[in-house]
Amino acid sequence: MSDFTMPSMGADMDSGKLVAWKVRVGDRVEQGQLIAAVETSKAVLDVEVFEDGIVEELYVDEGAEVAVGAPLARIGQGQGAGGKGQESRPEARGARRETGKEAPGKNIAERKSPEEVRVSPAAWRKARELGLDLSGIEGSGPEGSIVLRDLDKGAAPRTQAKTAGFDRDEMRRAIAAAMSRSKREIPHYYLAHTVDLHAAQTWLDEYNRDRAPDERLLPAALFMKAAARALAKHGGLNGHYGENGFEASEAVNLGMAVHLRGGGLVAPAMLDGDRLTVPELMERLRDLVQRARGGGLRSSEMSRGTATVTALGDRGVDSAWGVIYPPQVAMIGFGRPRPRPMAVGDGLAVRPAVDVTLAADHRVCDGHLGALFLNDIEQWLQQPEAL
Amino acid sequence: MNRDELRSILLQELSDIAPDIDTAMVEDDASLQDEYDLDSMDAVNLVTAIHKRLGVNIPDRDYARMRSIADLLDYIEPRLAG
Repeated sequence: MSDFTMPSMGADMDSGKLVAWKVRVGDRVEQGQLIAAVETSKAVLDVEVFEDGIVEELYVDEGAEVAVGAPLARIGQGQGAGGKGQESRPEARGARRETGKEAPGKNIAERKSPEEVRVSPAAWRKARELGLDLSGIEGSGPEGSIVLRDLDKGAAPRTQAKTAGFDRDEMRRAIAAAMSRSKREIPHYYLAHTVDLHAAQTWLDEYNRDRAPDERLLPAALFMKAAARALAKHGGLNGHYGENGFEASEAVNLGMAVHLRGGGLVAPAMLDGDRLTVPELMERLRDLVQRARGGGLRSSEMSRGTATVTALGDRGVDSAWGVIYPPQVAMIGFGRPRPRPMAVGDGLAVRPAVDVTLAADHRVCDGHLGALFLNDIEQWLQQPEAL
Repeated sequence: MNRDELRSILLQELSDIAPDIDTAMVEDDASLQDEYDLDSMDAVNLVTAIHKRLGVNIPDRDYARMRSIADLLDYIEPRLAG
């Protein structure tokens, strides 16, 4: 039996609001199952449970603001399930009740089935600005997520007291806090390398030519796979820096910086990115970007990234110098791929090329390792078929 | 299917792919990339959605020429079966 606590879903998160339970008391849960939706300063995220068991008690009501680390639910083998057990309710430990509409003894299991709460960041911001309560709105977006167009119809004004606002400013503050901490605590060093993409682009054009649109690949999928392969080899760049110093991670959970239209950024991670084939990775990338913008990111994706990639794509500039996302120790940047004059053999040729950059934590490793790492990425991109 | 129906299908798909775009405000001739901040991932998702919904397969080399909703309408309309 153990308490399931509010997970930290980013270095900048102090607390989260429990928007909805997706399980009831008595439900059997399995590791990885989504059990709640939690609103942070950045998004509404689906929270996963990390053990098998039975939900014995839900400590907090929907709508409560809960500190990171405070208990949310008790997961056990089934004893003690039911509506009693209030004496164990850790009311004072960070669970601040917001509405007070539920009598403490009321069994949460008696309520109707909790609905999926999915909301796009844009809809969520607007709802905040307008003071709308999202729980009463039916979503018409992908998988029932609430999108901008849903806000016009039938949304009841929020009646309860407004909590700490989640709006554009709040997200800006969250990014400011994480990035300030990064620049304050992490002695960054920076390296850059220009990589010839002739082989990668030729392979990609060939691959995409006769495929249906849903099977086509983007250069970003090759970039991420190359970065994941190189991270798997150079453990000094892959992991977390915590109170006890650096801990390398065996898994490569590759974060991907996703720009949100209208301002803001999230960096959800693709778990075990190095083990995916390129088409699998592309599929996951699509899904991740879609959920980052449309709602439905998971807690593990926000907390377990071991290094992050930013790929600027067609609309970017030549190079991106990243700021490391703590507690990670490396940020890899891919600039805009474009034709460049390059020396090929004895002559000059116009080749597609990309600037690959690395920002790494000098407490953990030195530039020599970083250089080996960028050279590794270059080598992988010369043999895309082997990725 | 007339052009207006096709347009509303395109906007519906665009809204699913980019729920943060207010599709009521989309102008046919505006650049999807520059005005509405559509990136390469959105583009590949839009091409996928058009293929699934309308059966029109836009190759990468053709999509490179599509700037706006109007361009897409011009491309798709004559290619619709029946």
